[in-house]
Amino acid sequence: MKLAAKKDSELAEKLMEVEKMLEKYKGQKGALLQVLQEAQKIVGYLPIEVQKRVAEALNVTLSEVYSTVTFYSFFNLKPRGKYQIRICLGTACYVKGADKVLSRLEQELGIKVGDTTDDLKFSLDACRCVGACGLAPVVIINDDVYGRMTPDKVPEILKNYE
Amino acid sequence: MEFYRAHVLVCRGTGCTASGSEPVMEAFEKEIEKRGLSKEVKVLLTGCLGLCELGPNIIIYPEGTYYCKVKVEDVPEIVEEHLVKGRIVERLLYKERTAEERMRALTDINFYKRQKRIALRNCGLINPEVIEEYIANDGYRALAKVLTEMTPQQVIDEVTKSGLRGRGGGGFPTGKKWQFAKDAPGDVKYVVCNGDEGDPGAFMDRSILEGDPHTVLEAMAIAGYAIGAKEGYIYVRAEYPLAVKRLEIAIEQARERGLLGKNILGTGFDFDIFLRLGSGAFVCGEETALLASIEGRRGEPRPRPPFPAVEGLWGKPTLINNVETFANIPPIILNGAEWFASIGTERSKGTKVFAIGGKINNTGLVEIPMGTTLREVIYDIGGGIPNGKKFKAVQTGGPSGGCIPAELLDMPIEYDTLTQAGSMMGSGGMIVMDEDTCMVDIAKFFLTFTQDESCGKCPPCRIGTKRMLEILERITNGEGREGDIELLETLARNIKASALCGLGQTAPNPVLSTLRYFRHEYEAHIKEKKCPAGACRALISYEIIAEKCKGCGLCAKVCPVGAISGERRQPHVIDKEKCIKCNSCIERCPFGAIVKK
Ligand SMILES: Cc1cc2nc3c(=O)[nH]c(=O)nc-3n(C[C@H](O)[C@H](O)[C@H](O)COP(=O)(O)O)c2cc1C
Ligand code: SF4
Ligand code: SF4
Ligand code: SF4
Ligand code: FES
Ligand code: FES
Repeated sequence: MKLAAKKDSELAEKLMEVEKMLEKYKGQKGALLQVLQEAQKIVGYLPIEVQKRVAEALNVTLSEVYSTVTFYSFFNLKPRGKYQIRICLGTACYVKGADKVLSRLEQELGIKVGDTTDDLKFSLDACRCVGACGLAPVVIINDDVYGRMTPDKVPEILKNYE
Repeated sequence: MEFYRAHVLVCRGTGCTASGSEPVMEAFEKEIEKRGLSKEVKVLLTGCLGLCELGPNIIIYPEGTYYCKVKVEDVPEIVEEHLVKGRIVERLLYKERTAEERMRALTDINFYKRQKRIALRNCGLINPEVIEEYIANDGYRALAKVLTEMTPQQVIDEVTKSGLRGRGGGGFPTGKKWQFAKDAPGDVKYVVCNGDEGDPGAFMDRSILEGDPHTVLEAMAIAGYAIGAKEGYIYVRAEYPLAVKRLEIAIEQARERGLLGKNILGTGFDFDIFLRLGSGAFVCGEETALLASIEGRRGEPRPRPPFPAVEGLWGKPTLINNVETFANIPPIILNGAEWFASIGTERSKGTKVFAIGGKINNTGLVEIPMGTTLREVIYDIGGGIPNGKKFKAVQTGGPSGGCIPAELLDMPIEYDTLTQAGSMMGSGGMIVMDEDTCMVDIAKFFLTFTQDESCGKCPPCRIGTKRMLEILERITNGEGREGDIELLETLARNIKASALCGLGQTAPNPVLSTLRYFRHEYEAHIKEKKCPAGACRALISYEIIAEKCKGCGLCAKVCPVGAISGERRQPHVIDKEKCIKCNSCIERCPFGAIVKK
C-alpha cells in the first residue's frame, strides 16, 4: 500500500516536470516527436495520461499522438524494468549466434523479448547493431556492455544485477 | 599554446568504450599526474580507429605506436617504459596473424595498409570534442574556400566532376542532386543529413558522427551555400547517444566561432544546423519518410515524384544526403575533383567505408578505394575466416542486399557490379559467413527484419513479405513443401514490382540472391528435411559419441535444462526430449565428443 502511494506521488512529480517541458512547445504541431522523446526521458514510458497532456498542449488529437507513439519502437507504453537488457540482433551478432543467447535470456528471465518481469526488475528488448560488431554477440544491460556473449555466460552476468 | 612532447590517444568509440577504454583513459590521466608528467604528456580521447575488436586501443604520438587490448593494469607499465624510458612495450603491440614480428605503428599493419581514408580521414586522429583539432587538420578551410573564391555553380560543378555518388545506398550522383535542388524554384530551401543508419550490420555513419562531427557540419554548410539554403537538419538515431552528444558539442563550438549562424566568416552567408532524433523505425531512413519524421509525424514514405529536391521538408526544395557522402565533400573541395576522380573505377569514384563483421578474423571499419576486390577485403584486410572454417558467402547491402558466393570473390567492389550480382552497395555493411551459416536462415533473418519494419502503408509489402516469411519459416521448420521455392520467386517478383518505397521493393533481395546461388540449401531443407549447415534448430539433434566421451561431466553442468546424464568417467547421453538445442554443451566439451546432426 505504502509502496503504491509512493509510486503515485513519484508519477505526479514527473507529470509536473512534463508540464514544464510542454510550456516550451505549446502549440507547435511539428514538435510532436521531440516532445514525446523528452516526455519519455522524464517519465521512462508514455502512459495514457502523458499522451493526453501532450495532445492538449500541441493541439493535436489523442489518436494522432497514439498512432505516432506506436509507430516508433523507441517509445514504451508500459513501464520498463529497473535493469533494461538489450540484446543486439544486428547481422554480425546474429551470424555469431545472438539468437541462442536470446533464447537463454528468455529462459532465465521467464519472459519473452519485449516484456518486463512482474517485479519490474528486468525488461528484455532486441536492438539492431550498436556499433560494437567486433565484440559480437553483444548484450547491453543499462549502460554496461557485454561482448563475446555465449548462452552459458547469461546466468553469471544476471547475478550482477540481483 | 602549450607544447607536449607526447600525446596518448585513447579510442573512445563505441566498440572500445564497450571493452573498457574509459577506465583506461582515467588510469592514464592518474598515472601521468602521479609521475608529474602532466606538463609533458597529454591524454586525449579520439574516435573509432576501425579495429574495434582489439579494443581498448591506444596510440602514442609522436612515434605513432599502436597498443591494443590495453587493460588498466597495463597503464603503469606503458607510462614507465614508453613515456619515461622511451622503450616500446612489445607485448601490447599488434601481432599479424601470419607474421612473427609485432607491428609498431597502425599504418604498418595489413588491416590499414590497403585502406585509403578520405571520409574517415580524421577518425581516430583528432579529438572530436575540440573544434581546434578539426581546424588544425584543414577543417573549415573548404567552407572558407567556397565562400570566398567560388560561386555556388562552381561548387556544384566541382562535386559533379568528382563523380561522387550517394553513399546512403542508392548511389545517385551527388552533383546532379545538388543541381536539382539549386534549380528548384523557391526562396526557402533546406539541407538534410541522413544519419538514420538503418542497416542492422553497419556503423560507419555513427563512427563519422562520433569521431569527426565537424566534417558533416562543414559539408552541410557548403551544400547550403551551393543550393541556396539557410537551414540544415541532421536526423540521427536516438539509439546513438554518443553521436548526439558530440554533434551538440560540435554545433555549439561552430556557432561560437562564427562558422555556423549569421554572417559566416564575414561573408554575409547565413547557415545554421539543428538536430532531430529518430525513434527507432528503419523506414525513416527512406528520404520521404525521414522528412515526415522531421515534421513530427509518423514516418511513412510517400510516392515520388515529387522528389524532395523539388518538394521536401515543409513542402520546400530539400537536399538530402547521407553522412558519409557529406564527409567526402570537404576533401573534394580542397583537393579538387580530378584528385577524387582519380581514385576508384570508371563508374564508381573515390572510396567506400565498410563495416566488416561476422565470421572474419579482423572485424571493424575499413575504407577502401572503389574497385578493390571482395577477396582483398576479406583475406588481405580482414585476415580471412577464423578457426580454419570455409568461406561461404558475404552479405552486402543489408536487408536490401544479397549474399555473394565464393565464385564471385574476385569481383571488384562497385555500385554496378554488386547490383549485377544480385546484391547492392547499400550503406556498407559487409557480413562474412562460413560453412556453419545456413543461407535459408539468413534470408529468413533479413525478411523478419523487413517484415517487422514495414510501415504497413502498401499491401504488397505489408502482406507479401509476411507470406514470404511464413514460407521461409515453414522451410526452416522442416515443413517445406514441393513448390515453395517457385512460390517464393513469384511473390518476390510481384512485391518488387508493386511496393511503394525502397523498403518493400528491395525486401525480397536476400531471398532472391540466396535462391540464385544457394538453391541446393533450400532444396535440402524441403526435400531431405536437412539443414546442411546445421543451423536450423528444428532439423538438427544433438548426440554424444560414446567412444569419444571421457565422462568429464562438463556438458551436464552447462546444460540449462538438465538434459545430459551419466556416471563419472562413463559415456554421457543426451535426452532428446528434454534438449532445447541451445548448443552450450558442444561449445563446452573439451573432447569434441558432441555432434549436431
Ligand atoms: C528503407 C530504406 C532505408 C534507408 N535507410 C537509409 C539510411 O539509413 N541512411 C541513408 O543515408 N540512406 C538511407 N536510405 C536512402 C535514402 O532514401 C536516400 O536515398 C539517401 O539518404 C540519399 O543520400 P545519398 O544520395 O547521399 O546516398 C534508405 C532508403 C530506403 C528505401
Ligand atoms: S513498401 Fe513497405 S515500408 Fe514502403 S511504404 Fe510500402 S509498406 Fe511502407
Ligand atoms: S544443446 Fe543445450 S539443451 Fe541440448 S543437451 Fe546440449 S546443453 Fe543441453
Ligand atoms: S563434456 Fe564431452 S567428454 Fe565430458 S562428459 Fe560431456 S560429452 Fe563427455
Ligand atoms: S551487429 Fe551487433 S553490434 Fe553490430
Ligand atoms: S571503437 Fe575503438 S577502434 Fe572502433
